[in-house]
Amino acid sequence: MKKISFKKIIKDPYLAIGILIMGLVLLMIIVGFFWTPYDPTKMSASEKLQGISLRHIMGTDNMGRDVFSRVMYGSRVTLLIAMGTIIIGAGLGTIIGAVTGYYGGVIDEVAMRIIDALFAFPSILLALVIVSVFGVGWMQLVVSLGIAFVPSFARIVRGEVLRCKDMDYIQNARLQGVGSLRMIFVHILPNIKGVLASSILIGFNNAVLAEAGLSYLGVGSQPPYASLGRMLSDAQQYMFTRPSYVMCPGIVIVLMVLGFAFLGEGIKRWE
Amino acid sequence: MEKETVLKVSSLDVFYKNRKRKLFSKQSKKIQALFDVSFEVQEGEVLAIAGESGCGKSTLARAIVGINKDYEGVIWQKYGDPQMVFQDPYNSLNPAKKVGWLLEEPLKVDKKRKWTKEERQQRVKEIMEEIELPLNMLERYPSQLSGGQRQRVCIGIALMRNPKLLIADEPVSALDVTIQAQIMELLRNLHKKLGISIIFISHDLRVVYQISDHVMVMKNGRIVEYGATKDVYRNPQAEYTKQLLKAAGITR
Ligand SMILES: Nc1ncnc2c1ncn2[C@@H]1O[C@H](COP(=O)(O)OP(=O)(O)O)[C@@H](O)[C@H]1O
Ligand SMILES: [Mg+2]
Repeated sequence: MKKISFKKIIKDPYLAIGILIMGLVLLMIIVGFFWTPYDPTKMSASEKLQGISLRHIMGTDNMGRDVFSRVMYGSRVTLLIAMGTIIIGAGLGTIIGAVTGYYGGVIDEVAMRIIDALFAFPSILLALVIVSVFGVGWMQLVVSLGIAFVPSFARIVRGEVLRCKDMDYIQNARLQGVGSLRMIFVHILPNIKGVLASSILIGFNNAVLAEAGLSYLGVGSQPPYASLGRMLSDAQQYMFTRPSYVMCPGIVIVLMVLGFAFLGEGIKRWE
Repeated sequence: MEKETVLKVSSLDVFYKNRKRKLFSKQSKKIQALFDVSFEVQEGEVLAIAGESGCGKSTLARAIVGINKDYEGVIWQKYGDPQMVFQDPYNSLNPAKKVGWLLEEPLKVDKKRKWTKEERQQRVKEIMEEIELPLNMLERYPSQLSGGQRQRVCIGIALMRNPKLLIADEPVSALDVTIQAQIMELLRNLHKKLGISIIFISHDLRVVYQISDHVMVMKNGRIVEYGATKDVYRNPQAEYTKQLLKAAGITR
């Protein structure tokens, strides 16, 4: 176990850059809870599709709403959807992967064949199918994306559990009479928390992108409280008339993705 | 004084799954690792099991403690709950847990009785004294300990619930010679103090001589020699034992 110290974090450029970017994004989101320059839903017929100016630092959209205010709000929606996705995906995936890996045998075979089959589809396609079953809405969106992320987590965790379970220290614990559940959750899982942490960050990344993708396809979050992906989708028809309207939410998505990627890489190297 | 038997193994055959076997092949599904092994351990004695690596020493140990479940024959134990110290101290401690936690765990999962937190911590302190480690090491992770210190912790974990039979599977083979001597010294002292029975496994006949009352020599899953340690070293019966003694530089 390494001590977490400021100096060490600064020395690792991945972690430092990741923390810097995510810090900025989080700051924007937190401030957005209390204050936005304008009401993100307030339309204004006289201020449609304005460019970047001091009044509107990211311009305005096709309904005259302040893009920066909407980006502040949209980042929150995107982040919450990504978090929900990861909680469901990593939670279920970890439990499925750990249990199947630990017990092995028939349960493992069956579960892994199903997971393999699901894994063959890109998660966004999978989520699209699930959304078409559950219907449109942000709850459905989170559940669909979450389920779509289960296979990748289950695979990673299962592999790690397989690596650990024949170690002497697990045999030793079994000898002392440690039961299966305690073995999985108390003895084995703490050993894979590094791998899990970096997978979660990479998963976050994919969740942000998948949400943007689904919103772009029109099945994501609903107006008037749009996620970043939704904004991008709305903005595309004005790509040439008012490029700043597309670019601003786009850049924030890129920042989030980069931030998570750097953090994930940093944590992987930290281990 | 007549000594009592604590472990009696009769006609023990142990099997492993044949991992190399291909599906539907005519090869047998199992490979046999032990053949007709019978012996006894008396209360308070140290029985050494010697033999080159791959002869089935660990297989026997794991059958006795219940890790290897696929066997035929009888393993009778007077007390139950035997404990084991594994060969490689770098692999037998959970790297994610501190020493104090590792020592407490056998008490937390004790099926015979409930231990309160105070009782557990009291017992941990006693054991730290037995294994001669300072209390501040309770807060360390295994990676912050030397090989010898780790093996002390392993011995401590095994002793937490006061087992009557301890199996030490090559407990010093992974350690430097000087550290080996310290761990052997510790085992000898613990044996004297606690009066428990020990099965001491080693491929090194020089180490075996230092600690055992009886010695059992194995080859290819079978017992080839058994006797009081002094007798076996002075007057080995089996040709294989003679070779081993010669190879260890004990006889010429
Ligand atoms: N898990 C296992 N599966 C199949 N064969 C095994 C397994 N463990 C050990 N063996 C085989 O059983 C024999 C005895 O091994 P082992 O008991 O580990 O020997 P020793 O401890 O004396 O070095 C060896 O031939 C070994 O290859
Ligand atoms: Mg062995």
